[in-house]
Parts: sequence; C-alpha cells; structure tokens
Amino acid sequence: MSDHQSTYVPKTGFEKWLDSRLPIVRLAYDSFVDYPTPKNLNYWWTFGGILSVCLAIQIITGIILAMHYTPHVDYAFNSVERIMRDVNYGWLIRYVHANGASMFFFAVYIHMLRGLYYGSYKAPREVLWILGCIIFFLMIATAFMGYVLPWGQMSFHGAVVITNLIGSIPLIGGPILTWLQGGFAVDQATLNRFFSLHYLLPFVIAGVVILHIWALHVAGQNNPAGVEIKSKEDTVAFTPYATVKDGVAIIVFLFLFSVFVFFMPNALGHADNYIPANPLVTPAHIVPEWYLLPFYAILRAIPDKFGGVIAMFGSIAVIFALPWLDTSKVKSMRYRPVMRWFFVIFVIVCLGLGWCGAQLPDAQVIPGLPSFTLFDGQLNSYLWLTRLFTIYYFVFFLLIMPWIGLKEEPLPVPASISEAVLAEHNKKKG
Amino acid sequence: MKSLQTLGRKAWIQAATTVMAASLTLGAGSALAAGGALHPHEPKEGFSSSGVLGTYDQAQLQRGYKVYREVCAACHSMKLISFRNLGEKDGPFYDPKYKNPNENPVVKQIASEFEVPTIDSETGDVITRKATTSDAFPSPFANPEAAAASNGGAVPPDLSVITKARHGGASYVYSLLTGYKAPPAGLKIAEGQHYNPYFPGDLSSAWSGDHKHVPAGGVLAMAPPLSAGQVTFDDGRESTLSNQAADVAAFLEWAGEPKAILRKKTGVAVLAYLLLFFGLTYASYRMVWRGKH
Repeated sequence: MSDHQSTYVPKTGFEKWLDSRLPIVRLAYDSFVDYPTPKNLNYWWTFGGILSVCLAIQIITGIILAMHYTPHVDYAFNSVERIMRDVNYGWLIRYVHANGASMFFFAVYIHMLRGLYYGSYKAPREVLWILGCIIFFLMIATAFMGYVLPWGQMSFHGAVVITNLIGSIPLIGGPILTWLQGGFAVDQATLNRFFSLHYLLPFVIAGVVILHIWALHVAGQNNPAGVEIKSKEDTVAFTPYATVKDGVAIIVFLFLFSVFVFFMPNALGHADNYIPANPLVTPAHIVPEWYLLPFYAILRAIPDKFGGVIAMFGSIAVIFALPWLDTSKVKSMRYRPVMRWFFVIFVIVCLGLGWCGAQLPDAQVIPGLPSFTLFDGQLNSYLWLTRLFTIYYFVFFLLIMPWIGLKEEPLPVPASISEAVLAEHNKKKG
Repeated sequence: MKSLQTLGRKAWIQAATTVMAASLTLGAGSALAAGGALHPHEPKEGFSSSGVLGTYDQAQLQRGYKVYREVCAACHSMKLISFRNLGEKDGPFYDPKYKNPNENPVVKQIASEFEVPTIDSETGDVITRKATTSDAFPSPFANPEAAAASNGGAVPPDLSVITKARHGGASYVYSLLTGYKAPPAGLKIAEGQHYNPYFPGDLSSAWSGDHKHVPAGGVLAMAPPLSAGQVTFDDGRESTLSNQAADVAAFLEWAGEPKAILRKKTGVAVLAYLLLFFGLTYASYRMVWRGKH
C-alpha cells in the first residue's frame, strides 16, 4: 500500500551499494515479501499468482516453439508436426503451449468472476480493474492469432470468419480488412503478421501485468469481506503467508494442467485443425476454441453482421465500464443478498452462452418439442436460447447492476477484516 | 471412498479426466460429433495403446505397417513419416540393440526397398536413388492433381496424422474400414461413390425415403480397401477384415503421435511428483498459517 513504509534493510555491502543506486531489491522485498495482504483472503485470490505462472509458461514455451516454427502457408502445418516429432521434447513444449492457452483462460475467467463477486473493481480499484480488462482483451487477440499459426483447417477458416467481421463495418470496413489481412484474402501475408503479433502481444501483456500489479500495490488488495485494511491486525506479510498459499493452489492447478497435457492433449482442440488448411474446402462447422465460444455466441445472436460485431465488442467493452455501472456502496456480494443471485444466474448464462456457441444455431434445444417461428428462427432453437442469454448478459451489466445497487438492502458489513475473521472463526467453532 | 478404491486407478483417472474435459469443453463435443454418422467403435479386443498406461503391441504395429504398405500406400501418402521413425522407441521395428534407428538393420532393409527421386549432381537430371533411413515415405502420386486424376477427382488424404484429424481417432479408422455396407433402399449413390455409415456427411439430398429417417453416414470415393485374406500376416494371425483394419488403425495411431507412450509415461512421473510436492507445500501451509486463521 502507498502508505506502507519500506522495512527493507540492506545487509551486505553490495546490497547497500546497489540500494543507493537502483533500489530493485528493495522493490522486490516491499512487493513480494513484506507487502501486507489481508489475512482473510480465500483460495479464489490465488488465481492472480496462477495467472502469472500461466503467462510465464506461455512465453517460455512460445519462445522455444518460435525457434522451430516456420510461418509460411506451405510449411507451417508440417513445421508444427516436425516440432512434435523431431525436436527434443517438442511434443511436450507444444502441448504445454496449446493447452496452456486453455488453462490461461480457465484461470482468467475465475479471476474475473472473483473480482465481480467481491466487488474488486470499486473505488479505489477502478484503474486496476481496467488494466485487467485490457489484459483480457489482449489475451483474446493473442490466443486467436496463436490458433491461426498451425495453419490447419480451423486455423484458416477461423481467421477468415473473424477477420471478415471487420469488413462488415460500413464504409471503412473494406479497406481496413485488406490492410489487416495484408491482401484480399487470408494468405501468407496474414499468417506472417499474425506470427509477428502473436510474438509481440505477450510482452505487451507482461507490461500491462506490471501496471496491474503496481495499481494493486497502490490500492491494496480487496478481500472477501470487501472492507479496506484498517490496521496491522488485518494483514499478514506476503511472504510466507500468501506465497505458501499461492504455492498450494499453483500445484493443484499444475496437476489439472498436466492431466490435459499428458493424457488428453487434444481434448480441448478440434480434430479439423490436424487437417492442413485448404481454402477450397470449408469445414462443416467452424467453431473457435472453447474459451471464445460465449463471445462467438453473442456475435451470432444478432441477425445483422455488423450488429453482431458491435454486440460482441460491446460485451467486452461493458466489462470496462463496470466500476461505474455498479451503484452499490457494498463491495462484497457476501453482504448483498439480492445481487448474489443475479450473479449466480450470470455465471450460468455465461456457461450457457459457451454451450450455445458450440451448437448450430438452427438445431433444436429440446429435440422433438413442438415450436413455432419467431421472426427469423424457430423458438426451440439455439438461436433463440442464445438471444435470451445475450439479453441477460447485457441487462445484468446495464440495468441490474445500477438498479439493484440502489434498491437492495445490504446485510451489515463487518467493521474490519479482523472482525470478519473472528466472526467466521466463532461460526466454525459453533 | 471404498467404491473409488474398487474402481481401480486406471478407470478412476480416466473417469476423472473425462469429467474434467467434458466440463471444460462445455459440451462442444456434442456439436462436433460428425454430422449424423454412426459413432466409431473399437475392435472387440480393443486397442492396447488406450488408457493411461496402455502401450503399443509391437507385433500389431508391424502387421499394421504391412497393411499400409501393401494396400493403403497405393493411394495414400504419409509424408510426415520417415523410415527411421519405424525404428524409434515404441515404433514398429524398434530394437533395443539399436538405439539409433538409422543403424537398425530392419529399418535399413525396408528403406532400401524404395526408390526416391533426386538430382544428379553432375548433370542436373532428375534421377532416382535407393532410399535411406532418413528419407520420408515416398508418396504414391507426384502431386495432388495427379492423385485426384487417378481417384475419380478425390485426393486421398495423407495418413500421417489421420487419427488426430478425425473424431474417434483409431476407432474411426477401424470403423470406417470395416463399416462399408450396401446402401439402404431409397438411397441414391452416384457412380464411383461408396456408402459408409461411419463417414461424416449429409445424405438427405440423396435420400428418397422418410425425411425424418435419413440414413447415418455419407459417401466417399474410396471403395472398400480391405477384405479377408488380402494381406498375409507373417506371424500367422488370421487375415480377417477386422484384424487387418485393427492392425492398420493401430499403426496409424502410432504414426499420428510416435511420442504418445513417452508422453503418458512422463505424465505419470509428473503427476506423482506434483502429488508429493503438493503434500510438502500443504504441510508447510498448515504450519505457516497455524494460529493466523
């Protein structure tokens, strides 16, 4: 925290010398050893650390993959297979990188939902939240471009579908699309620039992560009680307390990660991406990776293409505005008896959108159920289920958040973190 | 807890991983199942490589290679496989005496039976030479156009990663090869096409019967490639259609991911390590936090 005085005492002569020139050891000590963390943080708070591990894994494996990968339409597919077959432990590096993307998103979604539930975006953490949203947006861009690189069928046709969205923007869409693709179709120029950007963006992400952590250390961590730190009693030192707890969570996370990498490395991918890209053959069903399915569903929910693009980007933009959409003074939904139910529905709706994104829009939700046509589609179809979910998604942020905040009668909020911990302790004892 | 123990470790890990994958893929699988084709199934005896601890049956891989070479290779390339791969660890002709597969006499012998194109360094003419262990399997056609011209307009897919490129993997290959049957009455099959209930496709436009009961499967240009007795197995295994299909499917499964067994073995060690590391870290956590909660 900003008012936290540094307690670092340089011990050796070298440390003293360095400290008066570049106090980098002091910075590390103050940030990751002595830094006071609320003592009531639960395991949902370990995902920040898990995400740092994810980013590090992706960058390290990515750099090694780039040493062996060839960004050329004729060689990209085979070079990836070459990595899996002939590079020492290339199969491990590539599977870690590919599954790592899924794990990264799995962790980031939990991290974001935790922030949403405990009101981590509210004053004084608005900038912290927005930086997180920027990271998420950069992650989507990076993951999308990374998926294009193996140049399989899903890579290629996914790139075609997504870049063409830009073309739907009136007037300027066409020229921007050509500029983005580097030509009039997704081809060599597109693949080469996607590779370049896929290598660049993770370092941009790392930069924003540093800002994110900086903002976190200025405002201090939120906590399950949602009340600010009032005294030293409320906190414990980052090391060893948070470090060891994060460590436990990271190991559990790596266990899940390993199950996928070693025993079902292709379960989260799509078989079509092991077919080399062929512009003349379109896969029967083009779907993005699972972590982008909710946004893909929102895109398809709108009958107009440009409208779909606006809705999709809007669904991300609205997260940026969250600090000003929530009118409640209470941070943690533990003390918001009405809002927490809307939160639960929101989580189900997000999972539902993901489910819908993987289905054909015309397919029946309940097979055999009689239905009727509503506007442009059968009511008993994924099209309308997706629309229902999409409406809730936006209503949740734009109406429920502001309105419930004003109307809701929150439960009494504990006076301090220590009091909250004590109350919980007594409850456990019975 | 007791029921978990009786389930057995292998089954338990399988069940747990399946549940995790299912929840993570958000049911994407149901939509991605081939369009109305029958669900692929394993041969009756199963595949020895399936499961957490499954390994390849080397004799089966050798028979599978023979089926590929004598039947499939007439039309299908395997560009990503080199002869040396055959002699690598877990491969069909791996011999612990020859850690370097390029020295494996069986592999050398197989390679020498093929001719590959090269350039005469003196004249620049295109000539052929005997293949070496480092050469990739030669392709049956010079280019996709030639492949299409010889196969009724359809290019036979490269089989290097076919088990990864099809839902169902080796089971799909097995089911397709053994699944050919006469089209049901009312299904119009164009000349040069063949009906197979396991081939993903949409037959509604060729179906003149009840539109609610369109037959499963699709049509493909490949005629049933295998039949009983077609390939003589050197180890005396009966040359039934099912045996040939199972063996070649196992071979293609290996070819799709030659490092799969190493991957699974490494995985067991990694998980064991993480489990141990978890125990230590969790104990430290309890110690550090004692009295702080």
